[in-house]
Amino acid sequence: MFEVLQNDMLAPNVHRMVIRAPRIAKARQPGQFVIVHPESGGERIPLTIGDADPQAGTITLFIQAVGASTLKIVNTPVGDSLRDIAGPLGKPTEIEKWGRVACIGGGLGTAVLYPLAKALADAGNEVTTIIGGRSKPFIILADELKTFSKELLIATEDGSLGQKGFVTNVLQELIDAPDKRPHAVFAIGPVPMMRAVAEQTRPFGIKTIVSLNPIMIDGTGMCGGCRVKVGDETKFACVDGPEFDGHLVDFGLLMDRLSMYRETEAKILSELPEELRDKIIKVKR
Amino acid sequence: MNKKLTSKDRMAIERVKMPEQDPKRRNSNFEEVNQGLTEEQAIREAQRCLLCKTRPCVAGCPVRVRIPEFIAALAEGDLPEAARILLEENTLPAVCGRVCPQETQCEKVCVRGSKGSPVAIGYLERFVADWALAHPEKLPKENKPEPTGKKVAIVGSGPAGLTIAGELARMGHAVTIFEALHDTGGVLRYGIPEFRLPKRIVDIEVERLKNLGVEIECNVVVGKTVTLEELREEFDAVFIGNGAGLPIMLNIDGENLKGVYSANEYLTRVNLMAAWREDVPTPIIHGKRVAVIGGGNTAMDAVRTSKRLGAERSIIVYRRTEVEMPARNEEIQHAKEEGIEFILLASPIEILGDENGWVKGLLCQRMKLGEPDASGRRRPVPIEGDTFVLDVDVVVNAIGTRANPLLTATAPDLKLNKWGNIETDDNGATSLPGVFAGGDIVRGGATVILAMGDGKSAAVAIDKYLNQKN
Repeated sequence: MFEVLQNDMLAPNVHRMVIRAPRIAKARQPGQFVIVHPESGGERIPLTIGDADPQAGTITLFIQAVGASTLKIVNTPVGDSLRDIAGPLGKPTEIEKWGRVACIGGGLGTAVLYPLAKALADAGNEVTTIIGGRSKPFIILADELKTFSKELLIATEDGSLGQKGFVTNVLQELIDAPDKRPHAVFAIGPVPMMRAVAEQTRPFGIKTIVSLNPIMIDGTGMCGGCRVKVGDETKFACVDGPEFDGHLVDFGLLMDRLSMYRETEAKILSELPEELRDKIIKVKR
Repeated sequence: MNKKLTSKDRMAIERVKMPEQDPKRRNSNFEEVNQGLTEEQAIREAQRCLLCKTRPCVAGCPVRVRIPEFIAALAEGDLPEAARILLEENTLPAVCGRVCPQETQCEKVCVRGSKGSPVAIGYLERFVADWALAHPEKLPKENKPEPTGKKVAIVGSGPAGLTIAGELARMGHAVTIFEALHDTGGVLRYGIPEFRLPKRIVDIEVERLKNLGVEIECNVVVGKTVTLEELREEFDAVFIGNGAGLPIMLNIDGENLKGVYSANEYLTRVNLMAAWREDVPTPIIHGKRVAVIGGGNTAMDAVRTSKRLGAERSIIVYRRTEVEMPARNEEIQHAKEEGIEFILLASPIEILGDENGWVKGLLCQRMKLGEPDASGRRRPVPIEGDTFVLDVDVVVNAIGTRANPLLTATAPDLKLNKWGNIETDDNGATSLPGVFAGGDIVRGGATVILAMGDGKSAAVAIDKYLNQKN
């Protein structure tokens, strides 16, 4: 059992949870994830580890409630426990010194981006961070990201915070400015966003790394459910990823496979008690 | 009463038939197919054993159960004694009595088989094991051994890990099992379906180990959560029994379409994650027409599962003929009774998709048998130009698994063979001192009982190693 020590809501349905998991805290490196199985009979949900404190034996997870199981996780009060957490899984981020780096986070992806951007800054990169969201309440971790970013830029679809528009509008301005054009881009967020960023950087030959979150069960390479096409190869995101070269990922296939259980998910949601169901904001993945 | 039975009397008894759930009913539920013998049936079957001097059955058993002895006690109606003898050599008899391929092991060499049918050793094992599970109070209390002060880590709680844990705990060693998934049992839990091996049996066997003092920690992925090196520092010896958890892909077009599963994923969703239960949120595609590729026990499990999930047509697609199928005959016959179709001498060449990325068909190549290959089975060769399309909406790939590199990738000094399996000597010792291994991570895809046999012999080797280490 894994005790919840802290549970804060950062944005509508986006929670930051600090959980006691000493073994994982000790082994974890940036870019790795865990699989959370909140209760007997529940689903196994992959979640990126936002932060870890090996001394305290804790990990920090950022979770967005998008379905029955994630809703169950975010509604676990402090003092209660999650049944199972396995990890750290996946390959750690390869932190290199690129020079100028743009770190782009969309929605919950910003939380996944946070440890990565921090590690890149610590390695001596000049980090410009771009975060995007639907509107002001969906912009998370701006203050935390600001502490190590050379510049923090925000884009919201309704213009309620930062620039009106998408992260790609902001990125284009960087690419167009000779003294700002990034040497590498890290983009983490909804699949359409990552795809748009990858298409945007491709003509300029800017290395673009994305972090994928396909449907997964065991997280150890056993089931192959998380397979993605990268270049000519089929890769398992759980053991070969989750980070891949954005210019090689088949995003269409990824989106398609993510929709595999849409009907079942809708049915499960429709069977939830109304007050719970209302809490879930449908988010395009 | 038994003593009065002459050999002639014994020879006159016909082999018992296992009571089974009606195929028409069982192919839509997940209850056990084989219902188990009654006590009367079991005793009568036990009386068929000639108690021959050569005892070939014992040598035919990978864990060397003293078969004639337990059967003799059963024939006398002495169930506590039969159970005691059985449990002496076999940690998981209720599992083995259900999933062991007895027909290629103990029963294959039974002298009664030379003229007629062998004694139904597997059915009797199951009967005695089930009786023991139901009557723990009638079994002799296990004496807790004197603790040796030695600590052993076991990686994986499948058949190899559970067996060696029991053996080592009975020798007085402190045993901790590390399991990667959220529940115990390995392939017994995620792979073998409820209708062949009810999960309550795995639960009881695991509980019994815990009562022996075995510690089990789930959610520990050795190679990720902890490394083999860390285990070696903390424990006096390590046994690796983490299985063959990596699906071999088909590598044909259409493999990433929606509705294509590896057997591992399909069965894990249904067995470990209980997707067959209405009250559980685990999603699974309920195919109307399901093709399962392969001819092993896993293929039979997957295809029979698809039928139970409501498929109108559930089809095995296999590139050789029934004779070459690695699946147990019983599984093949059960599948046929349940309405499973067999398309033999056919090999998939492409999975076809519709405009929305869902499976709509399986393009197959007709095959014929050619010359025998390295395995001694006749090699299937394509009949040029002879292809056909199967109209299906779910495809399950059950062609096999190989070694999962998660652990071994982080242990560069551990010697592997060219397929990534761990190399060991006959006692399970690896190239690293104090590190032993067994089951599918050593053998590739094999059976539950061979994994248990490995666990058993490695337990003896580890005990010896720990004593020498003093």
